[in-house]
Amino acid sequence: MPDGLTLNKIVAQRGISIGEATRRVADLGWTPSYVQEAMTFPTDYKIKKSPRDPMKQVLRSYFPMQEEKDNRVYGALDAALRGDMFRNVEPRWVEWMKLFLAIIPFPEISAARSMAMVGRLAPGEELRTGFAMQMVDEFRHSTIQMNLKKWYMENYIDPAGFDITEAAFGRCYATTIGRQFAEGFVTGDAITSANVYLTVVAETAFTNTLFVAMPSEAARNGDYALPTVFLSVQSDESRHIGNGHSLLMSLINDPDNHQLLERDLKYAFWQNHAIVDAAVGTIVEYGTTNRDKNKESYAELWHRWIYEDYYRTYMLPLEKYGIKIHHDDVAAAWDRMVKKNYVHLTAQFFSVGWPVNFWRIEAQTERDFEWFEHKYPGWYAEFGDYWKWYAKLSTPGEKAILFNGDVGYVYPHRCWSCMVPCLIREDFVCDEVDGQIYTYCSEICRWTHKTAFAAEYEGRPTPAMGRFSGRREWETCYDGWDVADAIKDLGFVRSDGETLMPQPHLIFDDKKMWKLEHLRGDKLGSPLQNFRKLTPEAREAAVAEYRKGFKINPIN
Amino acid sequence: MSATQEPVKSGAAGAAVFAGSDSRKYNYYDPKGRKATHYEDMTVDVQPDPKRYLLQDWIISFADGTPTYYEGWTQLKSSDWHKFRAVDQEWERTHYQRQSTIVGMLKNVIDNGRRSGAPARFDKAWVKVLQDHVGAYKHAEFGLGTSTMQAQRYGYTQMINNAILTNSSYKLRFAQDLTLYLGEIALDIDGFDLDAGKTHWLEDPIWQGTRKSIETIMGANDYLEQYFATNVIFEPLVGELFRSGFVMQMAAAQNDFISPAVVSAAEGDYERNLANTVELFSMLVQDQQHGEKNRQILVNWAQTHGALALEAAKQLQPIWSQPRVKVAQFADALEQAKNRLRAITAEIGFDARAVIGG
Ligand SMILES: [Fe+2]
Ligand SMILES: [Fe+2]
Repeated sequence: MPDGLTLNKIVAQRGISIGEATRRVADLGWTPSYVQEAMTFPTDYKIKKSPRDPMKQVLRSYFPMQEEKDNRVYGALDAALRGDMFRNVEPRWVEWMKLFLAIIPFPEISAARSMAMVGRLAPGEELRTGFAMQMVDEFRHSTIQMNLKKWYMENYIDPAGFDITEAAFGRCYATTIGRQFAEGFVTGDAITSANVYLTVVAETAFTNTLFVAMPSEAARNGDYALPTVFLSVQSDESRHIGNGHSLLMSLINDPDNHQLLERDLKYAFWQNHAIVDAAVGTIVEYGTTNRDKNKESYAELWHRWIYEDYYRTYMLPLEKYGIKIHHDDVAAAWDRMVKKNYVHLTAQFFSVGWPVNFWRIEAQTERDFEWFEHKYPGWYAEFGDYWKWYAKLSTPGEKAILFNGDVGYVYPHRCWSCMVPCLIREDFVCDEVDGQIYTYCSEICRWTHKTAFAAEYEGRPTPAMGRFSGRREWETCYDGWDVADAIKDLGFVRSDGETLMPQPHLIFDDKKMWKLEHLRGDKLGSPLQNFRKLTPEAREAAVAEYRKGFKINPIN
Repeated sequence: MSATQEPVKSGAAGAAVFAGSDSRKYNYYDPKGRKATHYEDMTVDVQPDPKRYLLQDWIISFADGTPTYYEGWTQLKSSDWHKFRAVDQEWERTHYQRQSTIVGMLKNVIDNGRRSGAPARFDKAWVKVLQDHVGAYKHAEFGLGTSTMQAQRYGYTQMINNAILTNSSYKLRFAQDLTLYLGEIALDIDGFDLDAGKTHWLEDPIWQGTRKSIETIMGANDYLEQYFATNVIFEPLVGELFRSGFVMQMAAAQNDFISPAVVSAAEGDYERNLANTVELFSMLVQDQQHGEKNRQILVNWAQTHGALALEAAKQLQPIWSQPRVKVAQFADALEQAKNRLRAITAEIGFDARAVIGG
């Protein structure tokens, strides 16, 4: 064989370049002349048709690439079973996956649906092709996560809670925040939801915490299935981030869009922070048994990914287009993470509410305390006694912590915007919207409901903007119910009809597990309904009292 | 063996027996068959519904109060939208496997064909047909792809929306398949004009009926009208007519064995999309409460889109006389398309006579 001649060169033939291919593919679209395209989902933004850089990918290479990724994922799941992963997995961790994986497939498929909305608005066919690929990606994410969940259900010691997953998703007070997240992608102004809230903020900023922090922690708890699936999911994100940025750039060139962009960046950043940090922060910090002091805390990860990577390198550069960036909001979110115990208060709330959960939460112990104090100085003074109470009250026959007056916990109001309760007591606010009183966790959440989700913004009509609706305060649904009846109605009872699905411990023994009878007799109530009944003066006093917070009683 | 119980050390299934420890199936929905399929487990109830488990109702609405998902987004009504299951049982893994197999098959056929110098041996007149008419037709496929991409936002269940989503994925892939195929043979055929197809699509009278038909589907406000018009009307009367009734039958006689292989992928896609479509619309026609009203709506849609598609089909007729070797007749192909439509509509449960006559 002559020098340099290889089999590759013998069989190789000229093909069309990827640049030419993407240009040709982008030329498939045309402007209709017989009938205009179907009613698009509405937007108040102005979008000028302008060609963008085509993504250098066509479906011919996309499908095999994704299939290959899939093969690696499914191969790894098989290998995990062969390696007996579940013998060594930490149940504390897998229990939280009952919550996390109940939530996440719906936001994923909502992202697929939202591609319909931006697809019609795309400023050029190049971008529409990008959105089409993202649509198929999101279909992948949603069903691959359903598959992972089924796999846990089949192989983990306690399948209860996985077995009712989508029913639980619709009913649980904790999954509400995930529904707020997902509906935020697809409802209201198409650009606000499908571009700014979903792509520019959720995918660009917060998928790192979702799909990278979570897998690392999973691996530390003996779960190497979740990392395989979620890192594979995350590998699609850079394409989505590119789509979102491209659409953002075509909007930002029109100064008329700036006012709305500022509104939406503010709303989306704050609400993503409120939702994602509450859920993922809690799971990563409290769902782990790994207390290595050298690993980064969730707050440290947040600083790196949200503050350094996102705020400094993505958000700040938007200022040169004349967009006002709300630096103070980023600082306020950071303060909530490090000074105001946002994650710890959320974990405390989820654990107080354990009887109406559908997963188990075990108490934090001395080992955990030490790590928390090391990473979050002052933590022990604030939460140490609480978790000791929690451990003490985890035996059936004790009065459940949710109703136990000895503990000193005061059940919180629910935030009407982000759906996380108003846990940072000093920031609690209320306001009147259309003649009705509402409660909020923070000033920005109040602004989101009253000012952003309205028919006009700073004097400018915003007919496309969405509205908050439904029975947003979960507690309203069971106001005045006996908790045992509520649990039955929720369906959070095991197959014997008596034993609860949630347990405040990880003991897999019928004799130690709570049953309906252990809880019967206490009533759930709606803080908001009661709050609304107060006179204005009494309400003002109640707000002042709420802002003072509470103190957990010492335990001996 | 000791009498005292050891705390459970393993997190594996079966390590302990307690209430619920054997509950290892998704238990919140009724499988269609005796046993739940993997597709059902991946799909059912992921899109929630206040009539099922959505306790707090939808929590965001559009400005006019329309919730995140709304039954009124189609004129058709169902007493239980959740009954529908996609016949092809597609979820992500099967979808990527199938799509990937198809693009791999096409790449082999095209590469090997080109390696053997096949495109240069295509009949001259046929090359012009590929350039002008297959080049034009790829835009029709793309139109259906974007139209179903839009439609998959509106369905009332996950099963409906995912079936429409995979339909969109198949159509968009095929539009690209044709685009890249033409781009590749153009490298081997002197003077092959890759822009000609779009010009014919936009201007050639032969294609204006088809374009109008496609734009009418794209322009429909009812997502199920879009899905229906695509698979029940346009595909048999125009899509298959051109793909099977023309390209696949004619090509071999013009020395072209590559194009039929490329086009055959779309026929396989369509069989699956059609099966899903027939399943959905026959469910709606058989609905105890709303069936009759639904049937009337389908007849109306069939008349509107049928008239356009039939007109489009007739305008394509001159293409059949353009190849040098004429091995297929337009009249036969059209008759076959009509028979196909009759069979499909009979399966769904209404009569196609109003559209194409007896
Ligand atoms: Fe995703
Ligand atoms: Fe809030």
